Amino acid sequence: MPSPFILDRSSVTQVMAWVLAALLPGVAAYVWLFGPAILVTLALATVTALAAEAAMLKARGYPARPFLTDLSAIVTAWLLALSLPALAPWWLIVTGTLFAIVVAKHLYGGLGQNIFNPAMVGYAVLIVSFPVQMTQWPGPLALTETPLTLAQSATVIFGGGVPKATLDAVTMATPLDALRTGLLQQLTVDEIMTQPVFGQFGGVGFEWLAAAFLLGGLLLWALRIISWQVPLAFLAGIWLAAGFLHFFDAGRFGAPWFHLFAPSVMLGAFFIATDPVSGATTPRGKLIFGFGAGLLTIVIRTWGGYPDGVAFAILLMNLSVPLIDQYTQPRVYGTGGRGKEPPA
Amino acid sequence: MIAAILVMVGLAVAIGLVLGWSAIRFKVEGNPLAEKIDAILPQTQCGQCGFPGCRPYAEAIARGEAEINQCPPGGEEGVKKLAELLGVEPKPLDETHGTPKPKSVAFIDEQLCIGCTLCIQACPVDAIVGAAKQMHTIVAAECTGCELCVAPCPVDCISMVPIAEDLPHWKWKYPVIELKRVA
Amino acid sequence: MSRKLFKFKGGVHLPEHKAESNARPIHAAPLPGKLVIPLRQHIGNPAKPVVEVGERVLKGQMIGAADGYISAAVHASSSGIVTAIGPAAVPHISGLPDLCITLSTDGRDEWIAHAPLDYQAMAAADLRMKLRDMGIAGLGGAVFPSAVKLDPGAAHSCPTLIINGAECEPWITCDDMLMRNRAGEILQGVAVMRHLLGSTEILVGIEDNKPEALASMRAAAAALDFTVEVVAVPTIYPAGGAKQLIETLTGKQVPSGKLSTDIGIQVFNVGTAYALACAVHHGEPLISRLVTVTGHVLRPQNVEVLIGTPMRTLIALAGERGGSTGVLMGGPMMGMPMPDLEVPVVKATNCILVKSNALFPPLPKALPCIRCTRCADVCPAALQPQELFRFAKAGDFGRAQEYHLFDCIECGCCSYVCPSHIPLVDFYRYAKSEIWAREKDKRAADLARERHEFREFRLAREKKEKAEKLAAKAQVKRAELAAAPASEGAAVPSEADAKKALIAAALARAQAKKAEAAPKNTDHLPPGTQREIEEIEARRAKIRELARQPLESEEKKP
Repeated sequence: MPSPFILDRSSVTQVMAWVLAALLPGVAAYVWLFGPAILVTLALATVTALAAEAAMLKARGYPARPFLTDLSAIVTAWLLALSLPALAPWWLIVTGTLFAIVVAKHLYGGLGQNIFNPAMVGYAVLIVSFPVQMTQWPGPLALTETPLTLAQSATVIFGGGVPKATLDAVTMATPLDALRTGLLQQLTVDEIMTQPVFGQFGGVGFEWLAAAFLLGGLLLWALRIISWQVPLAFLAGIWLAAGFLHFFDAGRFGAPWFHLFAPSVMLGAFFIATDPVSGATTPRGKLIFGFGAGLLTIVIRTWGGYPDGVAFAILLMNLSVPLIDQYTQPRVYGTGGRGKEPPA
Repeated sequence: MIAAILVMVGLAVAIGLVLGWSAIRFKVEGNPLAEKIDAILPQTQCGQCGFPGCRPYAEAIARGEAEINQCPPGGEEGVKKLAELLGVEPKPLDETHGTPKPKSVAFIDEQLCIGCTLCIQACPVDAIVGAAKQMHTIVAAECTGCELCVAPCPVDCISMVPIAEDLPHWKWKYPVIELKRVA
Repeated sequence: MSRKLFKFKGGVHLPEHKAESNARPIHAAPLPGKLVIPLRQHIGNPAKPVVEVGERVLKGQMIGAADGYISAAVHASSSGIVTAIGPAAVPHISGLPDLCITLSTDGRDEWIAHAPLDYQAMAAADLRMKLRDMGIAGLGGAVFPSAVKLDPGAAHSCPTLIINGAECEPWITCDDMLMRNRAGEILQGVAVMRHLLGSTEILVGIEDNKPEALASMRAAAAALDFTVEVVAVPTIYPAGGAKQLIETLTGKQVPSGKLSTDIGIQVFNVGTAYALACAVHHGEPLISRLVTVTGHVLRPQNVEVLIGTPMRTLIALAGERGGSTGVLMGGPMMGMPMPDLEVPVVKATNCILVKSNALFPPLPKALPCIRCTRCADVCPAALQPQELFRFAKAGDFGRAQEYHLFDCIECGCCSYVCPSHIPLVDFYRYAKSEIWAREKDKRAADLARERHEFREFRLAREKKEKAEKLAAKAQVKRAELAAAPASEGAAVPSEADAKKALIAAALARAQAKKAEAAPKNTDHLPPGTQREIEEIEARRAKIRELARQPLESEEKKP
């Protein structure tokens, strides 16, 4: 086999492993702030994802190794699980994961061939089909009187046995839900922000969760697993769009800081929008992709039918990636008109 | 009501006039589609498609009288290119017109040649040099491998020799990545 | 003086492995018993043999003459007898043989008469032709005939001359050793280049991991009467690529599809400069070069090798070790695996790298591309390798060309960093190969079409001429008949009668001819001849009768 005969010590497994490692601060913060329910969800999603991947690989005639051990299914599972409410019923998580792995990943061709971000496809399917169950977010421990233990969380997730009153006591709307409902009730933002669910700048608990994900994201960037263009552009898009609207009418639109630290933005910016397979590949393209996703998130949050727009925004930008790539191709050596004398 | 009808009729007449004038002013001589098709065909001039040469086949396709999958020397690649040009679905090669063979050139066995010039008359690209009662020989560089000379030879002295791969003609092969052993 | 340097995009830092082979001094390889010298060692037309089997040749004698402008001559690397001119194994990845001249050395190593060149007195064109006939070709890897590169062309001068001493590929140290030990000669060669190209700015680019070479070259440059700037460039692969070195030293980029001479820059390897000096000052054609023998050997080192030496000899010299998994000609990034060890060292051989599982572990299986774009980050040509890969895989060669496939220098940086371990460069080489083959086919098809159309035209023309000739003849005949005295009255014969008369006349002529040609010696035979004929006929009849009966041996079968 011809050259080259030496290879860098990188591999897909290594990349994916670092992504999982970078998610751990966020997971730890989640458990600390919202209780252990998320661990059940993560475990369930992981098992479902691996089983689905193994089954699909067999059906498509591919060997289990090295595809099963490349950890990409686990990354998808974790990202989806972290986007879903931790107290959602088990069948919700299983359905979402199955859809993500089987339909969004393997039916499009497997690793490296999916057009849409699989985790976001799973999320989109769930929020459209099961809007009620998607609101079973655990309340922040700081605000919950009797937080659930791990065993109790498992019972809730695997269905039945918990009276509704108990459930109501531990679930709570997310800050974005609260904002939306409040706005629909014609309250101003300031009035809404006085509700206990809102903390200093984001939602109580959620703001620190976002900070933990930010930390993980910066780790990934420092390790050069992800490039700076997408996260920066995404956050900039959110900040600028929200800032513009807030500047325009502070009473009706949430503050930029709030949007930035609301759930799933940090996760989206550093972990989801940076998915290499479904994202743009050119540096300028990544900037456009990130900025567009950020913009669309605010648009959907403000005028769309769902409280959180990150998933749909990313899916919409996934659609435009081929177009973005085609028009942002960087200058190849020898085509940039640099055959001229550089300035002395 | 009347106004509407008048407007529509007026538009139709105006546009018709413009189209008619354009058809005359921008008329293209010859059949550009046939030329484009001919540019894709391999120019072997073998006649396996059923037409006496590549140009007549190209013109037949352009007129819609022939299918695009009748040319074995062009192979699947040629059918695909024609399908792309004409905007139709590519079809598998029609086996009744022959199967693709490795590229070969004709070779005359000089011990047997009697100098009858029948092969010279048959060659569509004049790749055979010779004269009556003189030795005939094939100019290998010009031979397209159409095999039209093989049949007319009365002493059966022409054979087709496949072109062997040598260093100047060697090509890199498509990299095949082994995933798993099936057998 | 410190020169402002520029950075080229991308590149990777590789483990160097230079220390293994640059510690020992240059060793002269012993004379092998057999030399196999290919006639195709350079880009352009292969040389044509000018000796015959059985002829005795001297060291440095031309055995293959250059064929055309883009070509170079080939010489005997030692004295001996020509034992064969035919296909032999050559160092090519395909393993296909090529035309070679095989010499059996006589051990005397007898040189031809040395004839140094007075390069400053010769006409430029004559000097270049002489260099071509001394076999000088680029020793940096591409082996382009130097005579062509030393022609400044219509511009009459090439302002910037860059000497490439970067040697960026790991393991290879032959240029390093050459610069450390023979800097004076290298610069003598540079002087000849300067003379032919009329360059005013001369730069030598050396990677900064070679401090001894830098010092040596700087010292030698100080002794010259013209300015040569020896510049240390940052060590990163592929700093030694011609386009990348140009960008590093001058900040200019060679426009896509054009040559560096179009922006007034020409690049030569230090080895080529050295060979030039040997040719001009000592009258020695290119018959040997430095080769690094390294990798899985006992004594990695640089060797002065005669062109045509089998590689097996050099590996034995460096100390063969068990457990070798193959041999590369070149470095680990761009080298080619050799089909076997009998292949000879040629002008392009800069390194013989012996592989082992420890030094070069087997490459892992490739996974699908995850579009992480690490390849695009490191590509020194600023291409999008992941797109080119997808187009090459799909066979969409048009799009691949649109995405500048032919600007790829095949350095291997992309394959090196790919987390999915895809052999990207293999796909690009395949795509380029296919595109060239298709262009060749298209040219052949166009030629065939032209010939076919001319043939149709020719046949039509012949037909027309024939018809015209016949018509003219018929006209003449009819005119004759009409002019002939009418024997049957004054009635002018009608068209049909005239035609009939013509036909009758033609028939009569044919009959007469037949009678003439027919053998007349079968009538009125003398009796003796008649008897002979009857005897022969009788014998023939008997044989025919016998032939109809089965053989006795066959009759006996049950």
